Amino acid sequence: MNGTLESTLWDVIVVGGGNAGLCAAIESAEAGARVLVLEGAPEPYRGGNSRHTRNFRCKHEAPLSVLTGAYREDEYFDDLIRVTGGKTDEALARMTIRTSEECLPWMERHGVAFQPSLSGTLSLSRTNAFFLGGGKALVNAYYNTVEDLGVTVAYEAEVTHVAVEGGRVQGLDATIGGQTVRLEARALVLASGGFQANLDWLASAWGEAARNFLIRGTPYNRGAVLRDMLDQGADSVGDPTQCHAVAIDGRAPRFDGGIATRLDCVPFSVVVNRNGERFYDEGEDVWPKRYAIWGRLVAAQPEQVAYAIIDAGSLELFMPSLYPPEKADTIEGLGQRLGISGPKLRETVDAFNAACRDGAFTPTELDGLATEGLDPPKTNWARPIVEPPFYGYTLRPGVTFTYLGLKVDETARVSAGGARLANVWAAGEIMAGSILGQGYLAGFGMTIGTVFGRIAGQEAAAHVA
Amino acid sequence: MSLDFTRGEAPVALSPEERGQDAIEEARRQVQICNACRYCEGYCSVFPAITRERAFADGDITQLANLCHNCRGCYYACQYAEPHEFAVNLPRALAEVRSDSWERFAWPHGLAGTFQRSGVALTAALVAGIAALFLALAALAPASGEGFYAYLSHAAMVAIFAPAFLFPVVALGVGVRRYWHETGGGPVRWAHLKEAALDAGRLKNLSGGPAQGCNYENGDRFGNARRHSHQAVLWGFLLCFASTSSGTVLHYVFDAPAPYPLWSLPKLFGVPGGLLLTVGAFALAWLKTKADPALGAPSRWGGEMAFVLLLGLTGLSGLVLYAATGTVLVPALLALHLGAVLALFLTTPYSKMAHGAYRFAALVRDAQGRAA
Repeated sequence: MNGTLESTLWDVIVVGGGNAGLCAAIESAEAGARVLVLEGAPEPYRGGNSRHTRNFRCKHEAPLSVLTGAYREDEYFDDLIRVTGGKTDEALARMTIRTSEECLPWMERHGVAFQPSLSGTLSLSRTNAFFLGGGKALVNAYYNTVEDLGVTVAYEAEVTHVAVEGGRVQGLDATIGGQTVRLEARALVLASGGFQANLDWLASAWGEAARNFLIRGTPYNRGAVLRDMLDQGADSVGDPTQCHAVAIDGRAPRFDGGIATRLDCVPFSVVVNRNGERFYDEGEDVWPKRYAIWGRLVAAQPEQVAYAIIDAGSLELFMPSLYPPEKADTIEGLGQRLGISGPKLRETVDAFNAACRDGAFTPTELDGLATEGLDPPKTNWARPIVEPPFYGYTLRPGVTFTYLGLKVDETARVSAGGARLANVWAAGEIMAGSILGQGYLAGFGMTIGTVFGRIAGQEAAAHVA
Repeated sequence: MSLDFTRGEAPVALSPEERGQDAIEEARRQVQICNACRYCEGYCSVFPAITRERAFADGDITQLANLCHNCRGCYYACQYAEPHEFAVNLPRALAEVRSDSWERFAWPHGLAGTFQRSGVALTAALVAGIAALFLALAALAPASGEGFYAYLSHAAMVAIFAPAFLFPVVALGVGVRRYWHETGGGPVRWAHLKEAALDAGRLKNLSGGPAQGCNYENGDRFGNARRHSHQAVLWGFLLCFASTSSGTVLHYVFDAPAPYPLWSLPKLFGVPGGLLLTVGAFALAWLKTKADPALGAPSRWGGEMAFVLLLGLTGLSGLVLYAATGTVLVPALLALHLGAVLALFLTTPYSKMAHGAYRFAALVRDAQGRAA
């Protein structure tokens, strides 16, 4: 197979077989281009982080498919400004938001099935369309579509070098199934994701603490193409030292634990570090608005680990966990089971309990049940931890994605030294920092990937037509 | 730079040796992963039923297993399917629990293990059934009679088939009672039965929800071939049953014995019913050869295949018998058809045929769970 791949002059080579790359491949192939998709992972793990996604944030003026009500451009943009603190490119962001509306029917036409909002996510039923079966089902549908369109897909295909000369790409060096190949393409779409699975890179940005992070998604996003392009002077965007991390179950696998390793217990817990000390207000806001900051909070603790302590009365207030919690009849015993000082944990919990006051406990909303005279305070759901047995979860930072990426314009074109490269486009996580400079908005990564993947595919095909 | 797959200290996946030793334990492990993920809620009734619980007793797992129609949508969508270390393959885990449960509930014990697992055993039952009918034809040849009754009197047929029909009904009844006890079912209301009948009649749980059918004969591509084939079998079987019932009523109430003309209830039910049953059963058998056996219960593949073919043969032999009316082939074809019917009925509580009863019970139980 590699011989044919090498001897063919491809119209469009798409690097990366996740959502963005597949959208690009579909658009290019539908425009008549001869397309090759290079997917770094073996077939069962194809799809990059799209495998782990579950929804698509979509602007709409009236009920659309599974989406209720309306979600207009200004509200969507306001939501984006809120999470990014203004770190976005308004023109690109508004274009992305506007285009999302026509993308949903396009996705349905290309095999994606949607389902009504999942249980526990009713707050998203207006803004986010959920993929039936999640992101892997979407990825499967797109692979079937590209197969029907005659696109060639190579798995375990890792690009080692993009040969940029004189402002245009001349070819690619890659290994496919372990063999080195040189590939020729008239146009190139880079959709190979971020570098969050590259622990060395994370460590150079974050310090050695990053080696204790868990990677929630694919182990194949190691940023080789991004690094290679940056080394050749491609314009970049996004903070190179930042990544999006949430607090997840500390017992999750190093890579690919995905959604199931989430823990929603923090608002009903006392959270301590290795030294048995509290370090932040666990009840600051409802969990969907706070889970993202807890990744960084835990990352800042000794050995990047924390422990959430609850009592029997709170065990069923949050989504079931993947792993059962540690359990003990006393606080001291629980500390021991978690590997932290029992007496110190007892002291912290006693101090917390003493600071709790009477009042109505309402788990489903901000109840204002706050501690008095405690530092840091717990400002909601501060109910004493007294009812045995006691339970404990280990928390670690789980990295979702990185922000540093390639800078693109509204046609998804990549540039170097401020000048557009003649035949290179980028889509998905590799350029998402252009729009999402900080924070995260649920389902927006798939929106960026779909919008820019389609644009990149159309532009690349038009370039070679 | 290397891929470091070092694990946390509390592995969730059992080793391959541990898996499979206890089907319920393995299914429970997977269901707990599903309950922390919930991406598959839209496919069928299994996932909403999972989200109604936090802990799963053995009976809960049995109920989920019988509710699962093995459409396989969740397997292909699963980000935790092998080679992922969580090794989730829920269609298979539930198929193993399901077929084990039918063997456990069957009365008397033991027979279900044989006929579910062994296609050879079911074929032997068929041969025995046909032989019994040849013997009956030879030994009980009536002095006179019309149509089939020229070869085997009505009284002889009733003497053979009334017990062959009533016995499986009683045996299945015992099995379903056991099922109901294990899964903690409550008093049944009409509303539960109505919901279950609608779900069964439309095969809602093979529809894939918002998707277009199952992932069965063509990998992760969706299709309705299996659902439609199964519907043909289900409705074909019910029409054949209606045909026999209407004949019984005509015989005893209206004193109008067989043979019946084409424009009569038994034939109007029976001919389309036989066609649907035959076409549907052979289509299901063909689809089964295309599907991945590793997403079902591989140890039951032979028994399942033999059962589907027996259903198809029952329908086909009935149609051929009707077509051969008045020819010399009738006695042989009559023995073949009635032998197939006899084998099908007598093995019902122990073959894949029993799934109809347990599935219906599971749908009723699920309707109760939703109402609770």
